[in-house]
Amino acid sequence: MIGIIDYGMGNLHSVTKALERLGYTPFLSEDHDELSKASMLILPGVGSFKDGMTELKKRGLDTFIQQWAKDNKPLLGICLGMQLLFDESEENGQTEGLKLLPGRVERFKSGNYKVPHMGWNRLVFEKADHPILQEVPLGHVYFVHSYFVKEKTADILVATAEYGGERVPAVVAKGSIWATQFHPEKSSTLGMTMLKNFLDKEGETSDE
Amino acid sequence: MLTKRIVPCLDVKEGRVVKGVQFVNLRDAGDPVEMGIFYDEQGADELVFLDISASHEGRETMVDVVEEVAGTLAIPFTVGGGINTLEDMKRILRAGADKVSLNTAAVNRPELIREGADFFGSQCIVVAIDAKWDDELNSWRVYTHGGRNATDWEIIAWTKEIVKQGAGEILLTSMDEDGEKKGFAISLTKTVSEAVSIPVIASGGAGKKEDFYDVFTEGKADAALAASIFHYKETSVAEVKSYLKEKGLEIR
Repeated sequence: MIGIIDYGMGNLHSVTKALERLGYTPFLSEDHDELSKASMLILPGVGSFKDGMTELKKRGLDTFIQQWAKDNKPLLGICLGMQLLFDESEENGQTEGLKLLPGRVERFKSGNYKVPHMGWNRLVFEKADHPILQEVPLGHVYFVHSYFVKEKTADILVATAEYGGERVPAVVAKGSIWATQFHPEKSSTLGMTMLKNFLDKEGETSDE
Repeated sequence: MLTKRIVPCLDVKEGRVVKGVQFVNLRDAGDPVEMGIFYDEQGADELVFLDISASHEGRETMVDVVEEVAGTLAIPFTVGGGINTLEDMKRILRAGADKVSLNTAAVNRPELIREGADFFGSQCIVVAIDAKWDDELNSWRVYTHGGRNATDWEIIAWTKEIVKQGAGEILLTSMDEDGEKKGFAISLTKTVSEAVSIPVIASGGAGKKEDFYDVFTEGKADAALAASIFHYKETSVAEVKSYLKEKGLEIR
């Protein structure tokens, strides 16, 4: 069973619908007891980092997600849901994140390019053999964000994109935790293939 | 680097696409969802649905259409037409649209842009501008009500105002070129693109694939919108994109 973490941040509709198109029936919940019944979790979200952490904590979901990761269960973070997995963000001052991945979320420096980074950008594969990239051709995916991750260790980078002179982490992974900065559910066939690659793990984990 | 985007636009009236694509392989060319899938498969980077319903019932139907499209389409889409209040924006965005486009309502009350941007983020708020050259202003004048009413706004003053209010994108239609199929308004598009720091979608005048190249290079547009040229098969999204790729532009 696939659980989508509903913590009041943004539109979960499109992620839910994308999963349904792939033949899955995910459930939405903000309750960690309910979510603990899932075999895999998705943490979506748009909006500010600080609000996101506040909303997670309010529901006791911060410690729940940390335990989930410790138990090595599959988790997919999307957009803000990816950023929240990192140590901290400079958005609205300093805000601590879930600290599951090493790195800091920073704003794009102003320059001769537009912020937010909004639109289709080309992926560069850093780890082409990672399962999330299985049968994914090199191509473009859809981004909408003003902050990006400065990773501490490059070994979490699966794919990146170049924007504003920065190497923007686009897909990161560490063990059972995978995350995308872009919106796979809005990235046409390429994004849907990545979602499917994540969901295909369900068979491997449901017996645990 | 971001790609230049190709954006087909669909006019929807009472829940049905009018001026449908003339394709035999479509089960129902009047169905916004079918049309959306068709353009997604063609490689469209984004879609715009323009609600031209005159009635309240028609507008209600649009919410259902948005929900259905959002459940089917794996590319971003914008909904415009008949969005006059923050409540209207909420209904459409919560139904699954990625962006809403404001036009007359934004001119009537520019703070509406700010309210939407504060609530959903600037990236969700597109401001559509209909502009026409005006000798008296020696610049372009902004029009509302589908081009029927002239406003006091000069184009650059207006674009600066909407950026200040938090608009995330500009959908710029040249009334001089619209429907003429003689190419996009290069000079207008370039003027606006250079004046603002947010993306500009050029609209109006697309007649052949070369027009897209011109508006991206000379016109400095970030995206180009077209309707009839795609609907009536004069060219296709796929054809335009492969041409632009060949010419060396960053295209998905």
